[in-house]
Amino acid sequence: MSVLTYIESSNGKIKKNGLELASYSYELAKSLNTDVIALTINTEDVNELSNYGISKIVKVNNNLLNKFNAISFADVISKVSNHTNSNHIVLSSSVDSKYLAPLLAAEINAAYVNNVIGLPSNLAPFTIKRTAFTNKAFSDSTVNSEKIIIGLSNNSFGLTENSVESVIEELNLEIQKPNLTVKSSEKVSGQISIADADIVVSAGRGLKGPENWNLIEDLASTLGAATACSKPVSDMGWRPHSEHVGQTGKPVATNLYIAIGISGAIQHLAGINSSKIKVVINNDPEAPFFKAADYGVIGDAFDVVPRLNEKLKQFKAQNS
Amino acid sequence: MKILVCISHVPDTTSKINFTDDDTKFDSQGVQFVINPNDEFGLTRAMWFKEKQGASIDVINVGNSSSEPTLRKALAIGADKAIRIDSEPMDGFFVAKQIAEYVKTSSYDLIIAGRESIDYNGAMVPGLVAGFLKINYVTNCTKLEIDNGKAEIDREIDGGKETLSCDLPLIIGGQKGLVEESDLRIPNMRGIMQARQKPLEVLEAFDFTSNTNTVKFYKPEPKQAVKLVSADNLDELINLLHNEAKVL
Repeated sequence: MSVLTYIESSNGKIKKNGLELASYSYELAKSLNTDVIALTINTEDVNELSNYGISKIVKVNNNLLNKFNAISFADVISKVSNHTNSNHIVLSSSVDSKYLAPLLAAEINAAYVNNVIGLPSNLAPFTIKRTAFTNKAFSDSTVNSEKIIIGLSNNSFGLTENSVESVIEELNLEIQKPNLTVKSSEKVSGQISIADADIVVSAGRGLKGPENWNLIEDLASTLGAATACSKPVSDMGWRPHSEHVGQTGKPVATNLYIAIGISGAIQHLAGINSSKIKVVINNDPEAPFFKAADYGVIGDAFDVVPRLNEKLKQFKAQNS
Repeated sequence: MKILVCISHVPDTTSKINFTDDDTKFDSQGVQFVINPNDEFGLTRAMWFKEKQGASIDVINVGNSSSEPTLRKALAIGADKAIRIDSEPMDGFFVAKQIAEYVKTSSYDLIIAGRESIDYNGAMVPGLVAGFLKINYVTNCTKLEIDNGKAEIDREIDGGKETLSCDLPLIIGGQKGLVEESDLRIPNMRGIMQARQKPLEVLEAFDFTSNTNTVKFYKPEPKQAVKLVSADNLDELINLLHNEAKVL
């Protein structure tokens, strides 16, 4: 009856969200009075997990799993959950995990609840808090299924260190081949993705044109941040669609979200609302973003952003 | 090619979200409902197939009679037939079960849903349907081409995109990119008139239960007022972010 969590990796290394999943799953197992098991796929070094309460790790390594595909990965998790006799499976909110989760739910006849932002408030019936209406509200959901797949919202639980001894089991499985072929994949190299970033620097129409984005990129580079943009900016083709954040774009749940020249339409705010701290820089004091932000600077982006960047560089130099 | 587009009937993106019945139900008073934006991108792509390659388009919704204007709008945009499975959409599992059962009675080459609805954000209906029916599934689709029974798809991944190919039948979770925002269609008068004549079938729900229940809604705590920092004192902003918010 263990809690099973699938810890994602990238290039053989545990992804950052994996430690949050481990922390959450450890606490969940504790409240269910059971143990916690982590599953890793093609991951070399799993030692870090034992700092976050994971006492058992099942490693599945297979060359057929070098590239992600939802069918094979869902099948692996399904087989491992049988093997570990797990009724609770915890997944991240990465695009890959959200892709495989419903396939897994159908396969093992589980209920899938995503956008979860905390531990269950009640075990009978199993009751859990989630975001709804694209972060404009929250809900308590009860689950009436023996098997439950929990999709944990990124950055909603945080890390809790808990050093334990962990046992590693290497498991050989027959891999189900997918009917889909991955022909190519492109990742923007050398840049942090919006999903993985601690800080996101985002800009809107206030930047006046794509030629001015060096201001945003420079600031992001100083902060080690990902860059993002508002919907009109991506609609006008100033920036790629993959940078559009908001209700119909990517969701952002980062520690620090800096909005530059973005007025703050309700659809934009919905998409970024889960971010912990929001800073707005805008020359229009009436911009709705000022109502949603924690800190604000009323000023012209072309004046404020370069000066802020210089000051941050000094700050980083002094604090590193 | 036979296409089925799954339509979720959701509050408009600008709606104020309120609850009623002791915070157990969404308050639809005065709320404008629309085709879920992610579904609308998919419906528009389906129209492209219909016009350029020849296809028939059915649209389906699991909902009560209040979602009929949304289905009529899909017909006015150009779908040929609408199906409404007459039930409250209890949760994503329930909706997916209904759609899968319906699809078993009427075969489709391509099923298009949105990557998620903007109300409950479950992001599971197309994946569950694929799992129940054992058909190919790709979500976060930003591009879809069909040629000779084969699909080529772009899927958005964290930090980039992936190109996949597979055979039909296929179900996708679509999103922006499938078509451009500027390609979305506003129904014209002729479309609206024609839509009145097009079939809208109402079917009794299949006998399934949901596996989750929403028992309570909450609105976020009111936010504290923004702390304004003078543009001439950016050191103070850095100081607040470092010492107070602790995010630097």
